[in-house]
Amino acid sequence: MPLNRRGFLGLTTGLTVVTLAGCGSGAAPASSTPRTGGRLRAAFAGGGAKEVLDPHLANLFVEAARSKAMFDKLADLGGDVSPQPRLAEKWEPSADLTRWRITLRKAAFHDGRPVRAQDVLASYARILDPNRAFRAKSSLTLIDLPNSRAVDDRTVEFALKRPFVEFPNALAAFGAYIVPEGAEDFSKPVGSGAFSFVSFEPGRSVLLKRNADYWEGAPLLDELEFVIANEESARTNALLGGQVEYAHDLTPTTARSHASGDRMTIHRAPNSAVQAFAMKLDRPPFDNRDLREALFLLADRPQLVESVLAGSGQVGNDLFGKGYQHYAGDLPQRERDVDKAKFLIRKAGAEGLVVKLDTSTAAAGMVEAATVFADQAKGSGLTIEVAQGNKDTYWADTLKNGSLSSFRSGAMPIETHIAQRLLKGAGTNVTKWARPEFDALYEKAVSTSDQAARADAYREMQRMQHTEGGYLMWGFADWIVGAKPNVGGISTAPANTLDWARFDKVWLG
Amino acid sequence: MAGLSLASYTARRAALGLVQVLAVVTLVFLLVQALPGDAAVALAGDNPDPARIAQIRAVMGLDRPAPERFAEWLIGLPRLDFGVSLVSGRPVAEFLFGGVGPTVVLAALTLVLLLPISVLVGVLAALREGSLLDRALTSVSVALHSIPEFALAVVLIAVFGVQLAWLPPTAVGADLFAQPAVLVLPLVVLLARPICSISRLVRAGMVDALASDYVRHARRLGLGETRIRFAHALPNALAPAVQQVARTTDWLLGGVIVVEAVFVIPGLGTVLVDAVAARDLPVVQGLAVVFAVTTVAVNLLADLVAFRLAPRAEVVA
Repeated sequence: MPLNRRGFLGLTTGLTVVTLAGCGSGAAPASSTPRTGGRLRAAFAGGGAKEVLDPHLANLFVEAARSKAMFDKLADLGGDVSPQPRLAEKWEPSADLTRWRITLRKAAFHDGRPVRAQDVLASYARILDPNRAFRAKSSLTLIDLPNSRAVDDRTVEFALKRPFVEFPNALAAFGAYIVPEGAEDFSKPVGSGAFSFVSFEPGRSVLLKRNADYWEGAPLLDELEFVIANEESARTNALLGGQVEYAHDLTPTTARSHASGDRMTIHRAPNSAVQAFAMKLDRPPFDNRDLREALFLLADRPQLVESVLAGSGQVGNDLFGKGYQHYAGDLPQRERDVDKAKFLIRKAGAEGLVVKLDTSTAAAGMVEAATVFADQAKGSGLTIEVAQGNKDTYWADTLKNGSLSSFRSGAMPIETHIAQRLLKGAGTNVTKWARPEFDALYEKAVSTSDQAARADAYREMQRMQHTEGGYLMWGFADWIVGAKPNVGGISTAPANTLDWARFDKVWLG
Repeated sequence: MAGLSLASYTARRAALGLVQVLAVVTLVFLLVQALPGDAAVALAGDNPDPARIAQIRAVMGLDRPAPERFAEWLIGLPRLDFGVSLVSGRPVAEFLFGGVGPTVVLAALTLVLLLPISVLVGVLAALREGSLLDRALTSVSVALHSIPEFALAVVLIAVFGVQLAWLPPTAVGADLFAQPAVLVLPLVVLLARPICSISRLVRAGMVDALASDYVRHARRLGLGETRIRFAHALPNALAPAVQQVARTTDWLLGGVIVVEAVFVIPGLGTVLVDAVAARDLPVVQGLAVVFAVTTVAVNLLADLVAFRLAPRAEVVA
């Protein structure tokens, strides 16, 4: 494993604390009864230039967490990554699934104005503005806005361009927040969320205070401060030094060295980030199905999880969304079978072939995983050569170029994963999977209200992916958060879902 | 040097400096253009839908030709208009202003401590040349100088920040003026190497000066030893160190990226790293102007100081 600076920093802090752990007097239990009051400081990675308070522009984790504290969506994703009603009290589709009537909860913005149907329509109109490029746009683009209307102050009727049973997924899309009608200046944001805005210093901190009138009940904390520390070691040190109470996104190495200490508690959110290799089906050599299967069989998944994720994760079965709604958990778990892989490589006439595996440090662990996998393929007849690319442009580069690349994705509904990555003409189809029969199954799944038929279609699509798809999904990484032992109420729901980085349920003991 | 007044020399150097700044800015523009990907690609991140990237590009104005964007930016420069960040839409001046504060505070405090300490150490070592003290100072200097900043920072944080908990391990979310304790560890890290290099130069200069003809002459004239050492030998000994102080100042004002990252100090180095990663060209260009101007100004100042200290020295324009 190449030891970069980040790795070295992590290692050194890790070592120091291991030596310290012995001095501890046993972990103090997190207080189990919720208490009110106090200021929680949460350290996130940031990026000065990108930090904005406009919730529709949210892109980084820190921006998502801040948006969630100050704003609400109509729906958000639950622990099984299925949509849960939020500002929407309920949704009722028409029989043909093209009109959706949504009843809003009785909620108010921080300035006292009620959240109205007009605010919802204005927020979505802003996201869908053809002259702008908000992230939620692609999810909401199936709304026929001119034909949607406010029935009354608390009822919206959305017209869709096509029947879509998974419309609540769109309401829960990343960045689809409801802002007051006409809001454009977000220097002092006004939302309907559990915390209201106090102050903002770009690149350094955002201070929020509790919204006593929050529709779901006031938060327990008096104040919530987001601070920025880009280096993981700095977030860890700040937590150990008592400068923050919550440190987001720690490495498995840090988690391992602090798991038994009394200075921080490690919170793991399983099934948060899928770790994979993507093979492109539209070009040699992986247009050959046998070769794809050979790669599936060469991966030693438990070893990858143990080494790359330091054990903080679970093995994958070449399918997205383990544990999520619609996941085909009954398909047999793929195991390493070198003999069969060798046979398939010979059968494909690929003996002696050298394949370039593109990777980069754009996501944690990708380079390490590529290196370990290249090692696992040794002696199979196929040689994998790891090529490290530019991290800032990695995702755009590997969407177009190469034939094999490292891949990673956060949580999203399985339907969204399919729509964005596996349909012909999907915007981020990195494996270049394009099957008319697969697209037809998707159409069937999202346009029928027959639950059983939908479940069958999802299962069949996943079976196709499992048998001959281009994603070698070898593992699911835990999302790791560190907190002071006196912090209670931290959820272990996957990153990107409602309960991840949600601070209105958190308390200081 | 005859006939060249200090004022006209300064004016000539300033004019040259202006050309240098423009050259640096142009070069930086070309280099960032040569980096793979642009701000739209960087912003799209792991959601690189080509349609979305094209849209972001249009919103940012990146679909206009690069020379046109550069020319527009240059025209604003004389009015100190640094343009607007591509990614956040905030004025670049805001980024520079925000980053300058922490960087200047750190640089100024470092220099205030650095100069007296390194001169004192250098002079002490020179006056006791070959003694146990001299050898001890030399060994410590060389040892300290060989430790990279980040390694020293990691060790100091682990020991004094985390284990002993004497000092805050980082400056995360802190106001540097309200909580000066957060500056202690970064200052130690920033001081460690410059103290070594500058005190070595002072020592060497002082040893030379003390062995020089004019010092021997001064002794023959019966001048007091203190006066010889500090009024005659020391100014000459300092001249070579001035250039090194200038380099150190320049290094500090550029925002020491590693120190800023490890201690979470949101100075110019952090702004630069973020801006390059986001391909936020106007911010990078704004920083290039700031860095180029400080380099030119600091070096000019150093030459003037060196000239005043030891007027015999040739000043090369």
